[in-house]
Amino acid sequence: MNLLLTIMTPFVGAILVALAARRGRAAAAWTTGGVVILAMAWLAPLASTPFWGDTVIERWTWMPAIGIDLVFRLDGLGLLFAGLILGIGALVVLYAHYYLSPRDSLGKLYAYLLLFMGSMLGVVLTENLIVLLMFWELTSLSSFLLISYWREREEARRGARMALTVTGAGGLAMLAGFLLLGEIVGSYDLTAILASGDLIRAHDLYLPTLVLILLGAFAKSAQFPFHFWLPHAMAAPTPVSAYLHSATMVKAGVFLIARLFPALSGTPEWTYLVGGVGLATLLVGAVFALFKHDLKGLLAYSTISHLGLIVALFGIGTPLAAVAGVFHIINHATFKAGLFMSAGIIDHECGTRDMRRINGLWNYMPYTATLAMVAAAAMAGVPLLNGFLSKEMFFAEAVSGEALDQFGWALPVAVTIAGVFAVAYSLRFIHDVFFNGEPIDLPRTPHEPPRFMKVPVEILVLLVLMVGIFPAATVEPILSMAALGVLQNPLPAFDLAIWHGFSPALFMSLIALVGGSLVYYARRPLYAFQTRHEGMLDARRTFNVLLDGLLGFARAITAALDTGSLQRQLLFMILAVLVLGVSGMAASPSPLTGARATLPLDAVSLIAGAVLIVSALVTTWWHRDRLTALITIGAVGLVVALTFVKFSAPDLALTQLSVEIVTIVLLMLALYFLPQRGATDSGDARHVRDFLVAGLAGAATTALAWSVLTRDYQTIADYFIANSVPGGGGSNVVNVILVDFRGYDTFGEITVLALAALGIYGLLHKLQLEAPSHDTYGRAWHPDLHPLLLATFARLLLPLALVVSVFIFLRGHNLPGGGFIAGLITAIALIMQYLANGVGWTQERLPSNTHPLIAAGLGIALLTGLASFLFGHPFLTSTFTHLHWPIVGEFEIASAMAFDLGVYLVVVGATLLILIHLGLMHNLTHPNPAATLQGMLKEKR
Amino acid sequence: MEAMISLMIGVLTATGVYLVLRARTFPVVLGLTLLSYGVNLFLFAMGRLRVGAPAVIGSGDSYADPLPQALVLTAIVIGFAMTAFTIMLALRARAELGNDHVDGRG
Repeated sequence: MNLLLTIMTPFVGAILVALAARRGRAAAAWTTGGVVILAMAWLAPLASTPFWGDTVIERWTWMPAIGIDLVFRLDGLGLLFAGLILGIGALVVLYAHYYLSPRDSLGKLYAYLLLFMGSMLGVVLTENLIVLLMFWELTSLSSFLLISYWREREEARRGARMALTVTGAGGLAMLAGFLLLGEIVGSYDLTAILASGDLIRAHDLYLPTLVLILLGAFAKSAQFPFHFWLPHAMAAPTPVSAYLHSATMVKAGVFLIARLFPALSGTPEWTYLVGGVGLATLLVGAVFALFKHDLKGLLAYSTISHLGLIVALFGIGTPLAAVAGVFHIINHATFKAGLFMSAGIIDHECGTRDMRRINGLWNYMPYTATLAMVAAAAMAGVPLLNGFLSKEMFFAEAVSGEALDQFGWALPVAVTIAGVFAVAYSLRFIHDVFFNGEPIDLPRTPHEPPRFMKVPVEILVLLVLMVGIFPAATVEPILSMAALGVLQNPLPAFDLAIWHGFSPALFMSLIALVGGSLVYYARRPLYAFQTRHEGMLDARRTFNVLLDGLLGFARAITAALDTGSLQRQLLFMILAVLVLGVSGMAASPSPLTGARATLPLDAVSLIAGAVLIVSALVTTWWHRDRLTALITIGAVGLVVALTFVKFSAPDLALTQLSVEIVTIVLLMLALYFLPQRGATDSGDARHVRDFLVAGLAGAATTALAWSVLTRDYQTIADYFIANSVPGGGGSNVVNVILVDFRGYDTFGEITVLALAALGIYGLLHKLQLEAPSHDTYGRAWHPDLHPLLLATFARLLLPLALVVSVFIFLRGHNLPGGGFIAGLITAIALIMQYLANGVGWTQERLPSNTHPLIAAGLGIALLTGLASFLFGHPFLTSTFTHLHWPIVGEFEIASAMAFDLGVYLVVVGATLLILIHLGLMHNLTHPNPAATLQGMLKEKR
Repeated sequence: MEAMISLMIGVLTATGVYLVLRARTFPVVLGLTLLSYGVNLFLFAMGRLRVGAPAVIGSGDSYADPLPQALVLTAIVIGFAMTAFTIMLALRARAELGNDHVDGRG
């Protein structure tokens, strides 16, 4: 339970923070801090388990049929990452409070940050790969929101979109990889996958699986050639960069490589793919970082380079290299978060991040400068700081026997070159910013930031020093625990001493320090060289060209298919259905007519059928005379209702009849605002064409219906008939299916009905309609607006009709009726009042706002469904019992009745909403019927 | 009887298709209504035709198939919502564009 709570707390907290932010910035910050601490508190009781080498698994059944359950897992690796996510998250929360200007919404940033935090926790604490992927995609989405936080800025939107495209595409590849992995192992659970490394490596699908999964991980961790999104993501506010690009988002890819290390590593393919890509990224990032004049740009490329270093370590594939990789994950997270925060302070104080203008800050903010310089020295790998230890381990691994076998001397050489550049860009960060003369033309005069803005940096720098000086006492237990989680096997011996004697690694460190200083000394000619050749290796341009090509292609296809003509679209659709259907039928060898005995045709049915056919044809033939068409289409609907009566479907007949009335009234009202005579604007050729298409469609449907009706079939209805009374407590099977067996469907359908009504309400909002003063034939409307007899009878009938609808509702469970039909009857009874007495009169007596009715109906239906959870049953499980009422006698009451009440209320609410609001339009066009009447009388005189 | 029903479904489909292909909004709405009738009858007929055997337990020895009936019942109500939505869309389009052509060109 605790793991689930740890993951869910930030998600729920995001909502709370968004609400708390209305009470001010301090409230938002305290709430966010509280949420993070609460998440830590959930995790704390379990935190000791991974140190003993055990794994915590929490399982909830979700979709067992396809092997997807909500399973959470806490082992060393997961705990390390959860600790980084929560710990650095807490520091970022404190920092962001001081970083953001009062103009920016702090609540929004915190809410997004917490969404992201929850997604990241989900990634690192999940046992099931598919659930992991779900959280993985959530990190892409929430980081999109974070990067585009300043959404009014073009670069922020572009950067966010690029990050989402690249990492999202990687995620798709990874999904495919996970599915393959699941197929190979037969389970999506990590425990099973991590234990079947040999099976996976020997499988035919190993290489595609590996490549697909690595694509996802590389895209997320900004590995070459997908590295280009990371520098553009720097458009985010600095607290976001500090969080996403030190400890979390980009580390997710590295996490996945570490996570699947026991399952996938140990083959030449792994070594060359992971090692090769890591090495290339390491070099590219290190070299590019030196040439960035933007402070955050330098840090972005340095992050790319360090991610490459970690990936390369896992690529080497030895257990010791993996330990070094985990170690560098910890170290990079601490010093890089500190550096990003320092860069944010500098940006905050100077108003720019251009290192060509920021100089000599030592004189303005010596304290911050000291902190930043320690972190930068750790980035360079200076002894007594944490970066030195893991880098030294990296150098040692690069010249170890196994690495030399695989890569030869290329590895140590490349690694040393990267080390040289790392020293050079770290030196630039220190020298260019804090010394190197005076600042040039800064927007504001820098000074030390607020006290508490420095606290997060202080904590991080303290960690850098502690780990660097006392590694064995501080980080070793954590590293052993995390490395155990990665390897899933006993750890190799490793020694976190600062002094290892005169080893090759020490000489490589020395070369890097000296070489880096020399490169920085010779930086000006190098900058000039870079300026001349800038843009040669611009991955972003390639990305944009590809993206533009894709969009252009999509537009061309859309333009070719969609000409903006509804008639054309519909014709294509109907023709496609016709061609597919007819070709299917023609290809079938079985005869058109089946063996089932047909019913005899009686005279009444023949007449009814003829009426339907003639009415439908008349409707079509005279469709321009719209009122006539409306009357004849009403006749068609009536015969359809009669057909339902004849063939044993009383519920359908009642529904069809009431819907028919409502539909015709509605269309009549609408017709008032439309031309009453249709225009003729199709040529003869088009009429003939449409006539042929329609005829073909009709013939094909007739043939299809005939061939089905003359064949026997197997029904699944026996189950419903057998269980209707014992299981659902009702003898009207149709109603029991609606409110019980298939209650979930019905719930969806009343939701659709409610949405349609709300949509219509929106369409009618502020609608200006022109009302005609005369009918088609130039006659004025009849002055007697509301005939007395109709008005009187309608009022008299209302209580009666309502009683009928209650009766229909109550008996619905056992006899034809139910919520749908009763709702329609109630609606009709009320609409009658509007028709007979006028909108104004009725509106004074009935509330025209039926939104609450719809909401109540949906609410009741939902609560009925949820209530079954209380009893431990699935959604919408029904129950019923028999009560003995005095006078009424034996009376059955079922929970499905409450659900049906919800249906009833939604139907009444939606139907009334639709009709009343159109009726109100009429009233607007005739603001005062009495005045209109007098006007007409005057005219006559 | 089956032939009669098949023919009814066919005619409803044909007239519906013809009207749906018209260029003005009102006939398109009429066409959609006719098509819905046809589709509802077709779905209902998939339970085959039974006379005098409503699916009410205790009313007889055997019952008509209740499942297509339940499907069609909600389809009728949703069909009404769809018709209402389309006609309101047509009203809105006429108010905004000044004509009742389906593509909004006068």
